[in-house]
Amino acid sequence: MDFGPYLLLASLEGAVMAAVLALTAVGLSIVFGVMRVVNVAHGEFFMLGAVFAWWVASWAVGHPAIGFVLALVLAPILVGLIASAADMIVLKRVEYDPERTIVATIGLLYIIQQVTLMTFGPEARPVQPPFNQRLALPWFEFGENGFEIIWPWGLGTTSYKLFVIAAAIAILLAVWALMSRTKLGLYMRATQLDRQMAQAFGINVERVYVSVFGFGAGLAALGAVLIVPIQQAHYLMGGDPLLLSFIVVIIGGLGSLSGTVVAAVLIGMSDGVISMFFSPTLAKILSTLLVAFILIFRPQGLFGKRAA
Amino acid sequence: MRPETKSLALHLGLLALLVIAQFVISPFHHGNLSRIMVLAVFAMGYNVLFGYVGLLSLGHALFFSAGMYGMGLAMQHLGVSALAAIAVGILSAFVLSAVVGAVALRTTGVAFMIVTLMLAQAGYLAILYFGTYTRGDEGFVIQPEFRTIAGLDLTDPTVRYFAAFLVLAVCLLLTLRLVHSSFGRVLVAIRENEERARMLGYDVFRHKLIAVVISGTLSGTAGAVYGLLFGYVGATFATVQYSILPLLWVLLGGAGTVIGPFIGTLFMFYLIDFSSGLTSAYMVVAGVVLVLLTLFAPQGLAGEVKRRLLPWLP
Amino acid sequence: MASVNLLSTKGLSRSFGGIRAVENVDFELPEGQIRALIGPNGAGKSTFVGLLCGRIAASSGSVRFMDRDISNLPAHRRIALGMAYTFQITSVFARLSLYENVALAARRHIGGDRASVDREVASALERVGLTERTDQPAEDLSYGHQRLLEIAMGIAQHPKLLILDEPTQGLADSEIRQFNALVRELNAEATILLIEHNMDVVMEIADAITVLNFGEVLAEGEPEEIRRNKAVQAAYLGTD
Repeated sequence: MDFGPYLLLASLEGAVMAAVLALTAVGLSIVFGVMRVVNVAHGEFFMLGAVFAWWVASWAVGHPAIGFVLALVLAPILVGLIASAADMIVLKRVEYDPERTIVATIGLLYIIQQVTLMTFGPEARPVQPPFNQRLALPWFEFGENGFEIIWPWGLGTTSYKLFVIAAAIAILLAVWALMSRTKLGLYMRATQLDRQMAQAFGINVERVYVSVFGFGAGLAALGAVLIVPIQQAHYLMGGDPLLLSFIVVIIGGLGSLSGTVVAAVLIGMSDGVISMFFSPTLAKILSTLLVAFILIFRPQGLFGKRAA
Repeated sequence: MRPETKSLALHLGLLALLVIAQFVISPFHHGNLSRIMVLAVFAMGYNVLFGYVGLLSLGHALFFSAGMYGMGLAMQHLGVSALAAIAVGILSAFVLSAVVGAVALRTTGVAFMIVTLMLAQAGYLAILYFGTYTRGDEGFVIQPEFRTIAGLDLTDPTVRYFAAFLVLAVCLLLTLRLVHSSFGRVLVAIRENEERARMLGYDVFRHKLIAVVISGTLSGTAGAVYGLLFGYVGATFATVQYSILPLLWVLLGGAGTVIGPFIGTLFMFYLIDFSSGLTSAYMVVAGVVLVLLTLFAPQGLAGEVKRRLLPWLP
Repeated sequence: MASVNLLSTKGLSRSFGGIRAVENVDFELPEGQIRALIGPNGAGKSTFVGLLCGRIAASSGSVRFMDRDISNLPAHRRIALGMAYTFQITSVFARLSLYENVALAARRHIGGDRASVDREVASALERVGLTERTDQPAEDLSYGHQRLLEIAMGIAQHPKLLILDEPTQGLADSEIRQFNALVRELNAEATILLIEHNMDVVMEIADAITVLNFGEVLAEGEPEEIRRNKAVQAAYLGTD
């Protein structure tokens, strides 16, 4: 394949990754923004989403789409409930102290991951996509006959991958609407701005925290359900999304949703493209160093404004 | 008795117990205890920063593996003797911790945690990237014939036990000395109230930087010695898990006590050893202990003893 | 005037996001004086002393201390030159003992010599009247006693300049009388700059008073002059 079509292919793969990453990272970002805590177990909620998706789909009968739709609804709810329970049992009791919360969520990370290993097992398990037509993609070139459209062999995608991108955009719009147009969103933003003030205005901050923690985990799970037909469910699959979400949230500016989405698209797309030129390991080294240096020298993120 | 005398007696007592243990415990526990003593040095290094300065690092695997790889690579590729290789390992950790400290200390709190996590992750990935020299994930074995110092065979269990003991004893007494020194007191003051310490005229950044270097160098010493005594250098020791473990050991044993890291390492080692006999998902124990500690005993075992019984415990 | 200036500022200014907290202050403090710094709430007093000891960076202007330009020195270097600062909001090492709190203040200039540190700590605690239970943590003290501990930490540093930020806040009347006597005693060794709301204290112990209003020097002079100054009265009463 020539360079041009190859780049198009890499961008499409990158867009799928960016879509899922945006959902996961927005979940992490909302939790950090509203509650001011870093949830190290976020990647495990992603993994749980995939595992529950497999579980629900394997119970469902009939067309694979039935199982998938059920998973799309049930897995995020289940994961959200587990996260909310963790918030009530653990985080509330350490009073959301930033450092103790990190240590506690590291503990949760191991508990969730290892209990999954005990029950779900060490195998990777697939979920069938609801539909999966191959779509060939056209390319153009200036040949002997001038401009012409060609169909290079191997340049293509599937209808499911396009669905993932569309679904992620739809969900992000819904999240945006929830945050800016509903009462719950208002409560969340009020709590983010000033916890004490929110409390004084009669907002039940505790309940906001429980919902936000569950909601953030649910978003990660939603991202995982979308990706699991492409990438199988495995108990160790939470590591990469966690690291990438961290990178995205920090580059985008801690707690800024639009920054997070922009950074997710940037990182998701560039990861595919950079891997064409460099080894993936080198790309990862560069991005982790980038995050460290952004935190040190530009803590408001690349797109954020400096706080007063 | 003065508090310093009491605490010296206590720690010398612990060391004496470890010498006696050598002669009475079974070979199985004997081997375990050698590992625990070296890992406890790692924990003690971690504790200098976390327990006394109050800086929570999530990247100490970087220093541990710097010591280990510095030692291993020097032996493997430069063909130096075991003792010189240890020195190279310690020096690598020293230099790396000075560099990391100089940049990471511009942040505090959660940002410091994430910065150290990211730097350590970059270090781990670098080990994989330079697989030609490091043998990547697989790691490499240090052949038994090279594992000798001054004619002593470090593969012999008894020699190994006493080598580990020697390192532990030196580091324990050094930490004890550090904690009682004026410098150590200033570290505690910074932990308790950084702004006040600065307004008493102390150079807070310099003190923190020196603490990072001491902490990283001790961790690197543990890494170098661990690699040499047990004959294996591998990328596992650079993963996040090895940054979390010293945190876990110190939290369990009691942050900000000299004896705590040893106690925490001892308990956790056996807890994980025991549970790995029951399930392959043995790290669940680490998770449960971490959560329980944060919820119910943030002071750890020695910390609780200090709070309730022995307020002079350093 | 014959006396030498221990501390002086020229055009010292600081603004926070467009609001000028301290504006173009020229200030001179002769050696050996007890100077009170007064002014209505929000006049910039704490910001001003923050600029002196380096807790807050100046937007412009310079500070001289002991014939040396210290404008570019970080806080800890300025303190090490011979300033001591006691916090407005009590800031002691809550979980450390009284002894250790004062010892930390003393060790910076004495070093590790245990006997000298012991002597210094005992004498500083004695002067503020906190000689009992020196092994208990500072957090167990009453608020007023924590203020006294702050002052003991200041004394143990043997400063050339002692800056006290609202030291009598929260003290009982009897404690205030002791405090006044203590400040006079300390004045034998140190120049004292005192931010104070309690006008009885100011009138009783200050040699001179500087009044700040809206970040600028409104008036300066001996207590009696300041008492009669119409502008000062207006600033305090809020009339013109």
